[in-house]
Amino acid sequence: MARVTLENWKERIRDPKIECMSRDEMRALQSERLVKQVKNVYDNVAFYRNKMDAMGIEPGDIKGIEDINKLPFTTKEDLRENYPFGLLAVPQEKIARVQGTSGTTGKLTLASYTQKDVDVWGECVARGLTMAGLTSADRIHVCYGYGLFTGGMGLDLGARALGAMAIPMSAGNTKRQLMCMEDFGATAFACTPSYALYLAEAANEAGIVDRLQLKAGINGAEPWTEEMRLKIEELLNVNCFDIYGLCEITGPGVALECIHHKGLHVYEDYFYPEVLNPADQSACADGETGELVFTTLAKEGMPLLRYRTKDLTSIDHSPCECGRTLPRIQKFKGRTDDMKVIRGVNVFPTQVETALLSMGGGVAPHYMMIVDRENNLDVLTVMVEVDEKYFSDEIRKLDELKNRVAAVLKQALGVSVRVKLVEPKTIQRSEGKAKRVIDNRGL
Amino acid sequence: MGMSNTVQQLSVFLENREGRLEEVLEVLARNDVNIVALSLADTSDYGMLRMIVSDPHKGRAALKEDGITAMLTDVVALRVPHATGSLSKAMHQIVEGEVNIEYMYAFANGSDAAAVLKSDDPARVIDILKGSGFDVYTADEAYRANQ
Repeated sequence: MARVTLENWKERIRDPKIECMSRDEMRALQSERLVKQVKNVYDNVAFYRNKMDAMGIEPGDIKGIEDINKLPFTTKEDLRENYPFGLLAVPQEKIARVQGTSGTTGKLTLASYTQKDVDVWGECVARGLTMAGLTSADRIHVCYGYGLFTGGMGLDLGARALGAMAIPMSAGNTKRQLMCMEDFGATAFACTPSYALYLAEAANEAGIVDRLQLKAGINGAEPWTEEMRLKIEELLNVNCFDIYGLCEITGPGVALECIHHKGLHVYEDYFYPEVLNPADQSACADGETGELVFTTLAKEGMPLLRYRTKDLTSIDHSPCECGRTLPRIQKFKGRTDDMKVIRGVNVFPTQVETALLSMGGGVAPHYMMIVDRENNLDVLTVMVEVDEKYFSDEIRKLDELKNRVAAVLKQALGVSVRVKLVEPKTIQRSEGKAKRVIDNRGL
Repeated sequence: MGMSNTVQQLSVFLENREGRLEEVLEVLARNDVNIVALSLADTSDYGMLRMIVSDPHKGRAALKEDGITAMLTDVVALRVPHATGSLSKAMHQIVEGEVNIEYMYAFANGSDAAAVLKSDDPARVIDILKGSGFDVYTADEAYRANQ
């Protein structure tokens, strides 16, 4: 089993009625669900009733999906203020499980699910696994963490809905991961892209790639680039698919990539996406970059109206070559809070990754950005691992490499960069979300 | 190895972080690899530790096992008598032969000394030196210097 080329790809669609629905039918479905949901939150969630009252809107004002821009936004801060159970739309005894954010950027955010919410979540992930070519015959090795974090559970629920075999490895212990992957004959694996690259390197080093039966990687939860996807695909001889989600909305399975890799299909029958201009929250046209905002059209436990994800992307509503009519969001340029403004220039970690991979060798695509302020001037230092093959004992050659990296980064980012070469395999590989930026400016 | 005149130097990239040099030396000591000579070049970001050791392959394997990046580099160990001007004469021959020397360091070995030379063409350096009456250490001699 191995990577399949586009010509030989056999597309599978789990729910063609929904996934290939005409735009008119989809809007009708969304309208019906939105009207019902708005009435539900107005009647059952004090937070939304107060917000809508303050804005002078009644549920009756929302006649269809075209009225969505009349509704109030929800932010992460709102979730924190109503932590843990303040936004429930059902009595607490109907809640079947909770999941939370990793809490990397502050206090924990908690999401609550009814059994139906859990089933919908599994169904959406199963649609995505099908899109990645998997069936009930597959064995899915899940090395996302199991726990409050939605990664492990989301993929597990998806495997269950698909009828596939789940291998609940959770994160960590790379040697053991590879051993189980080989012994159990995993045909797909799911983890963050940075950990996927780490696993791929480790599998190559151990010389076991040929003994693995992997055909697909389901890799998401952090922004990554096309170049990185191609690198993982090449190292492991698999097809990799980006998966997107956030626990506030459901977890992984909100959107997934198809084999055409022209964006991630959003399951808009459940999660209605808007892309809004960050400056004034007006709607962006297809192709324009803005903040992704979701409304959960059918969620029972903790429905959210217009939840601001802080993820930046653009959307495309044109039908895809794969046959689906579900709109596609582009791979993320980053998050509004990952973006660093350095000497007035917006810099995203993914730009560094793209630039390093474009060099075609010399350095590994593992890096750490450190932002400091020296004499009132922002200074960006990028730590880069030297590729073992390019290693030299001559300082002159290492300096040449360093200068080359600095030039490539300056070209890509538009700001000058201090490059610091570090030993191969010393930048921490994350098993969850990779931490790529340290900002010491205390802004 | 045997009578080879190219000596293998163990080169280690050292990040500027506390205790890194000690770690490298400790790994070599623990694996019974003796250091015959060393030179430590430093830049603002990192250091480069270059060593002649009793068993370069073993040294490299031991370091790799401990996650330390090391490589083997071919160098030439020129035998320099303890007499003023002997290194100057040898260098003159190398310059005449138009070979570029990247770096050099030296160690004493009983009645004479060795100048370790890194060039882009070690075989040619050996030819030039031997052809003009200089002697070079065999690999085995270098690894066992001062024993």
